[in-house]
Amino acid sequence: MMPTFPSSLHRLRLITGRIAGCITASLTTPHTGLVASLVTACCLPLAAHAQTGTPAQLLATYSQQAGTRPDASKGQQFFTSKHGREWACASCHGTKPTGEGQHAATGRSIRPLAPAFNPERFTDTAKTEKWFRRNCNDVVGRECTPAERADVLAWLLTLKP
Amino acid sequence: MPITLRTLNLAAAGLLLALTSFGAHADDDEHEGRARVPLLPKYQQECSACHVAYPPGMLPAASWQRLMNGLPKHFGTDASLDAATTKTLSTWLAANAGSRSAPPQDRITQSSWFLHEHDEVSTRTWQRASIKSPANCAACHTRADQGDFNERFIRIPR
Repeated sequence: MMPTFPSSLHRLRLITGRIAGCITASLTTPHTGLVASLVTACCLPLAAHAQTGTPAQLLATYSQQAGTRPDASKGQQFFTSKHGREWACASCHGTKPTGEGQHAATGRSIRPLAPAFNPERFTDTAKTEKWFRRNCNDVVGRECTPAERADVLAWLLTLKP
Repeated sequence: MPITLRTLNLAAAGLLLALTSFGAHADDDEHEGRARVPLLPKYQQECSACHVAYPPGMLPAASWQRLMNGLPKHFGTDASLDAATTKTLSTWLAANAGSRSAPPQDRITQSSWFLHEHDEVSTRTWQRASIKSPANCAACHTRADQGDFNERFIRIPR
């Protein structure tokens, strides 16, 4: 069942309409100034909301932010150690996160974290950021630094079947 | 269109209730306050990442509001969400909340109806590794992830 749009402006407000809106606007609008403003208005927010990439690209971003080379062994150490609190990353994900983990409080099963065993991992930027924010807060009591993220991700990428 | 869809949903829910209540206790769905509500996909997606997406009727609106306002400290873990998602889920929970009074600490498992429904479950059963916590509905209620707590689908693990 397709919704009907009362105006083209309303259509642009919906994310699904944005791509179509961008293309239509660029094809049909004669004024280049208007095309530019429409493209800016509809395409930039879309890009900000649905960032996807590969774990390797994300690792490159974190390393660049950290200004150091990622160290997989430091990442393993960080992942399996406690940081002055009740849990380590490994408490839920397992000491070798190539198989199913288990939520330490609720018992719910957690799919593998290592990308070679679960290709969906670290491909959705918003999801990755959400879980780093929550889990670092639980495990370390603060945000993880770009260097810590890079080290952990580098280690996870070394885990192969 | 919204009126038609709502009418259809209510009719479907009524039919489902009539079909599934056969042979079960009359109070099976009573704790939900109303007919079973189809779960909002976003609610299901976000909440079931850590636990069963509890039916909204299991807590009153005041409890849901406190829980949604306190997600960064959610029963000992950071369950924070972005502002837009928090608002969407809060609105839906408020609209579908139950009508009973708020349980202690806003814990479903501390509700008087919950304690009454589970009064035959021994402490030792709750402590089994396969169950772990009274909040782990899905350990015994095999269709809990679909919001179905009918007694016919209970299997208590060893």
